[in-house]
Amino acid sequence: MASITIRGIKKNYAKTQVVHGVDLDFASGEFVVILGPSGCGKSTLLRMIAGLEEISGGEIAIDGTVVNKLEPRERGCAMVFQNYALYPHMSVSQNIGYSLKVAGVPSAERQQRIQAVARTLELEHLLDRKPMALSGGQRQRVAMGRAMIREPKVFLFDEPLSNLDAKLRVQMRSEIRKLHRRLNATSVFVTHDQVEAMTLADRLVVMNGGRVEQVGTPGEIYTRPASRFVATFVGAPAMNILEGTVDLDGLSLLGGSRRLAMARAGLPVGTKVAMGIRPEAVRLVAPGTAGALDATVDLVEELGAGRVIYVDLDGAPFSVMTSEAVHPEPGSQVGLKISPEDMHFFSSETGARLDVFKASVPEPAL
Amino acid sequence: MVERTPFLNFFTHLILFIGFVFCIAPFVVVVIAASHNLKDVNDVPMSLLPGSDFWVNIKTAWTTADLGPKLLNSFIMATGVAAGKVIVSALTAFSIVYFRYPGRMLIFWLIFITLMLPLEVRIVPTYAVVANVLEPYQAILDLTGISWLIEKVSGVQVQLSLGLLNSYSGLILPLVATATGTFLYRQFFLTVPDELTEAARMDGAGALRFFIDILLPLSRNNMAALGTIMFLWAWNQYLWPLLITTDQSHAMAVTELKQLIPNVGGIPEWHIAMAGTLIVMLPPLIVVVLMQRWFVRGLIATEK
Repeated sequence: MASITIRGIKKNYAKTQVVHGVDLDFASGEFVVILGPSGCGKSTLLRMIAGLEEISGGEIAIDGTVVNKLEPRERGCAMVFQNYALYPHMSVSQNIGYSLKVAGVPSAERQQRIQAVARTLELEHLLDRKPMALSGGQRQRVAMGRAMIREPKVFLFDEPLSNLDAKLRVQMRSEIRKLHRRLNATSVFVTHDQVEAMTLADRLVVMNGGRVEQVGTPGEIYTRPASRFVATFVGAPAMNILEGTVDLDGLSLLGGSRRLAMARAGLPVGTKVAMGIRPEAVRLVAPGTAGALDATVDLVEELGAGRVIYVDLDGAPFSVMTSEAVHPEPGSQVGLKISPEDMHFFSSETGARLDVFKASVPEPAL
Repeated sequence: MVERTPFLNFFTHLILFIGFVFCIAPFVVVVIAASHNLKDVNDVPMSLLPGSDFWVNIKTAWTTADLGPKLLNSFIMATGVAAGKVIVSALTAFSIVYFRYPGRMLIFWLIFITLMLPLEVRIVPTYAVVANVLEPYQAILDLTGISWLIEKVSGVQVQLSLGLLNSYSGLILPLVATATGTFLYRQFFLTVPDELTEAARMDGAGALRFFIDILLPLSRNNMAALGTIMFLWAWNQYLWPLLITTDQSHAMAVTELKQLIPNVGGIPEWHIAMAGTLIVMLPPLIVVVLMQRWFVRGLIATEK
């Protein structure tokens, strides 16, 4: 168990900078997930913690020791790779025990520890097989065993589930979670899959373009996204964003073709905002209802437990998720009811969250 | 694409068969000639029905050319070249692919250039070097005036000399130093996934450990392929052994075959010459048969 402190970490490849000064603190025993689209620098960050990638600027400390110049083996990290990276010519038990062999652990003790790990991961009957003869999920387990056997201070996961099929992914997800609860080692998990991120994380780090957009619990990230990027990246289907301008008693949306009336809040009249609303927060009402927006249904996606209704709002795409038993026909009209408390506001220029519409903002004297 | 036309099938098989006959016919003639006696082998045209003197001829060829020790010499030399090639190529390719150091590309291209300079092209300087391995150093000392200085100061004349003529080292080393194997390995190492290298680093394996524990076992097929090719190539060397082995004790089987070839005006003992050829041909054939499983795999497939 170990804490990880990251201060002003930068990474350059030749002239392009891919990580722009990241500061993060991971507490001991925490399960942190780094989430972001591909190319956002999340894997690079993980590899810098592991020591596989050189650090161009800043400092990484594990348990208070700066590890910038340490070799991977001296950092006490173990890593699970995306493609498992099992040694194809070694049997499962040799794969798991290789790090101990390198470290010069005597054969008897090695066998004992391999057995213990194999029992934990239910791999006992596969120990003599070669990786070629294993299924994807079994290979994944061997890769985890290889990481576990060293009893590392830190577990690093580099998109380990992305090569598995959907069902197996869900199963491995819960296994990883259970394993973490048992070993309680600090874990850093990199993924681009938001469901994986939300379900696994104690704390979630959302990255974009080499910068950290937001750090928080999955709940915080979902309910109070710190930027327009986080808002649209987390949650499926993605949050709807409508561009608008603040006027005297509400919002003028979509270049003035639609209005939403609401109690005036602390934003100056004329401020350009991006209003965000989650598809699951929109209620469907009869067209023409006062205070609702009318829209034309484009497409209905049936999900079984509910359905996603894609509508056209004067040319802007908009989606609604509902679990009610409504089945609007494509081409028909629906009304969209949006409550002010479900709205998120982001600056049109910077994308940063604007919190002025929340209840606690006092009404300025006129 | 798989064609399913009977006519084309027949036609392609016919071409294959003609090619096969072209390849195999000379060997059939050799085997038949080796079984005739002196009179039959010189009949015109030679009978294509096998004679009955095969084993007699083999025995005569063996004793006349003293093939026993020569086959051993050839075997030592070919094995030495094959082993040396496999080891040197693996190490150089490992260095080029897995390490970043100044002058890496320069070294890469220097190795590449040796591909364009086969032994036959540089045979005179190579001979000079093998005759006295220390010759280049002597030249450096002479040119810089150091040997003159040493002679003035101590009165000792510097004369470096280490000859490798008529030795296994002299036979083997110049044949080892070429680039073909390095490229085969380089291409293979480039196909080894980076994640494997990183996994080994995370497991705490250093460079040499990774090389021995991971890379070498993975390149087993390549080693077999390269070893086989190099064994055949070295076994069939003619010019180089002929040039540097003046002593019978280091003569090679292939070069000594000419002992069996009848001189002009001598007795036309072609049946003995053919029998000798068969004997010399046999060891590489055995090597190919034994290695062919790995050999083919190493050349075509990347097993992952």
